[in-house]
Amino acid sequence: MDKRHQIEVMVGAFMAVGILALFFLAMSVSNLNLNASTEGYRLTARFSNAGSLKVRAPVTMAGVRIGRVEAVGFDKATYEAIVTLRIDAGIDTIPDDTFANIFTAGLLGEQYVGLEPGGSQDYLHDGGQITNTQSALILEQMIGQFLFKKAGESG
Amino acid sequence: MRLNALARLGCTGLDALERLGRAHLLFVRSVLGIGEILRRPRLLWAQIFNVGVLSLLIVGISGLFVGMVLGLQGYYVLAQFGAEQSLGVMVATSLVRELGPVVTALLVAGRAGSSLTAEIGLMKATEQLSALEMMAVDPVRRILTPRLFGGILAMPLLAAIFSAVGVLGGYFVGVGLLGVDDGAFWSQMQAKVDFEEDILNGLIKSLAFGVIVTWVALFQGYDSVPTAAGVSSATTRSVVHAALIVLGVDFVLTALMFGG
Amino acid sequence: MQMAGNVHAWRLDAPLSPPQNGQLSPLPSNRTPERRNHDGTGRMDGEITPTLLQNTQSDVPVSGSHTSHAEIVTDAEVLVCVRGLTFRRGSHLIFDDLNLDIRSGSVTAILGQSGSGKTTLLKLITGQLRPDAGTITVAGEDVQQLDKAGLFRLRRRMGMLFQSGALLTDLTVFENVAYPLREHTDLSPSMLRKLVLLKLEAVGLRGARDLLPHELSGGMARRVALARAIALDPLLLLYDEPFTGQDPISMGMLMTLIRQLNDAAGLTSILVSHDVQETASIADLLYVISEGRIIAHGTPAEIAADPSEEVRQFMDGLPDGPMHFHYPAPALQDDLLRGTA
Repeated sequence: MDKRHQIEVMVGAFMAVGILALFFLAMSVSNLNLNASTEGYRLTARFSNAGSLKVRAPVTMAGVRIGRVEAVGFDKATYEAIVTLRIDAGIDTIPDDTFANIFTAGLLGEQYVGLEPGGSQDYLHDGGQITNTQSALILEQMIGQFLFKKAGESG
Repeated sequence: MRLNALARLGCTGLDALERLGRAHLLFVRSVLGIGEILRRPRLLWAQIFNVGVLSLLIVGISGLFVGMVLGLQGYYVLAQFGAEQSLGVMVATSLVRELGPVVTALLVAGRAGSSLTAEIGLMKATEQLSALEMMAVDPVRRILTPRLFGGILAMPLLAAIFSAVGVLGGYFVGVGLLGVDDGAFWSQMQAKVDFEEDILNGLIKSLAFGVIVTWVALFQGYDSVPTAAGVSSATTRSVVHAALIVLGVDFVLTALMFGG
Repeated sequence: MQMAGNVHAWRLDAPLSPPQNGQLSPLPSNRTPERRNHDGTGRMDGEITPTLLQNTQSDVPVSGSHTSHAEIVTDAEVLVCVRGLTFRRGSHLIFDDLNLDIRSGSVTAILGQSGSGKTTLLKLITGQLRPDAGTITVAGEDVQQLDKAGLFRLRRRMGMLFQSGALLTDLTVFENVAYPLREHTDLSPSMLRKLVLLKLEAVGLRGARDLLPHELSGGMARRVALARAIALDPLLLLYDEPFTGQDPISMGMLMTLIRQLNDAAGLTSILVSHDVQETASIADLLYVISEGRIIAHGTPAEIAADPSEEVRQFMDGLPDGPMHFHYPAPALQDDLLRGTA
């Protein structure tokens, strides 16, 4: 009886440690945010080139993450990329003339959406659209332009 | 002469197919015995103890060392690109996605799988399985089912412990010994390691490996030739087959999960 | 006490035969007092010969709740009936059209050389193997026709003593004997304890209840296994080579036990063995099998007087006879002169 009890206690302890480890992995190691996906509101932005922007990429303002990219779609009529942004619920004062850029974190890093607030007193609401956008910088294009310019100068 | 070789090949092939069939039947019979462990949960606790608790030490220590090695090696590589701050990401991703589930499965195959095979094989050799049958007790339900589910439940928990301890080991080496920035280590890790993509997929992997390792071990024991030599070769086969199948399935699962 | 009622209702209350050598205690019985009254034997201490036992058995009235076993009562003479049994392992023919009957209440021994398929026969009777042809009937039920549940129901009424004892290695002696009771009955812990101790007392090992199987000698392990086999009060006990590898003392103990259990509890015993003398001294009836056939059957005295060469060779242990000492081989001279392997 005693030994049986001991086994049950050990198994209980083992499962507790295992679940604790899982919890640690979920909360401390990964980006699990339990109130992430359904909260907040949606904005869309059209870019002529979305680069390699990925779903769940951060949306930042002044370098602070205020939301995530929810979807990246393609508009077949205008040949533009439609990026849906999910902005955290507390951030409800984004001016309607806000400028959206696709930036790259570091030289080779991941791409994210950076918002620069405008001066308007009217704020964007759920379903609103950001009209001022700047496309992703494509490294190859920049290098190509740079070489072309250099060639023009020296020639 | 040539015809003989052909016949031998055919014979081997048929044998293998037959074994495969028996293995699947045994698996189905073991899974169908789930009512037994619902009626007598104590059987399951005893097996979680055997697979989980008794493997805890080896899994924990291995996790710590693997994490420390990852911290060291990762630092040397990343430092060449000036990206030491990504050390946490590298350590955590490799552990959670691959090393945690795979190495844990290999350790459990060696530690618990082999002992399961030997136990079942010996029970067969000493007629204990027949004795159970004669006492009107189904040995598959009574002996195999609790072991199968014990293994399946213990494996993901062990893998999680392995990964968690590994991350701490990497942290210890990277931040403690090599001077990577503490905040960057964790924040980069949290930004890049995704719960669904990485941790859930890793869990699914280790669940699959739990099925494979215990299934192989139980089948090898149950199907062993009931002699000393038979049981010992079954034990070897159990570890080798489990390891090979785990690595093969890992490739397939990785391709499915992270491929597209 | 569910199980005692269901399983053994048809059977006589266990009369306690006087101990044959005064060493072994009487076998305990699981029956309730009310069952005793019902059977109304009242012969708790009388000596009962097997024939008398059989007569009273068929006299036992079948009461309402036990009608399901009516056929057993009417068929009490023959408990196990094997007809036209054929069994192959691969291309090797192990049994060829084998017929045998086991009378209820008797100790029947099946003798044969090693490898003559004696253990296989037990496995066929208990339904662990399926024959290629023929029928085996145990207690009126056709073993091949039974599904798994039916087979398990039948096996609860059979006990089997394995060659090695086959005790569950991680359980104590007590737990081993308690195992079938825990499995198939809902006895209260105190009742269970009493029953197990009585069963252990019957094999003289009540004092060894806390030992683990690896702490037992071979003979003790076999006696524990015997206590476990009779835990559910079976009507048929099968012994697989009970005497192999036993020292003379435990051999004697086992022989007395087998005979006593059979007579005291009104069991039927089937004993498979190649120990001719020991087996002949306790069996009522012998069957000698060789090469898949029965070559002789009868009482030990009849077999001892059988003039056939095959039987003589086996019973007297002659090295050569119809069964050859040499495994079939080409002539020695040819073999030696051939030169290469």
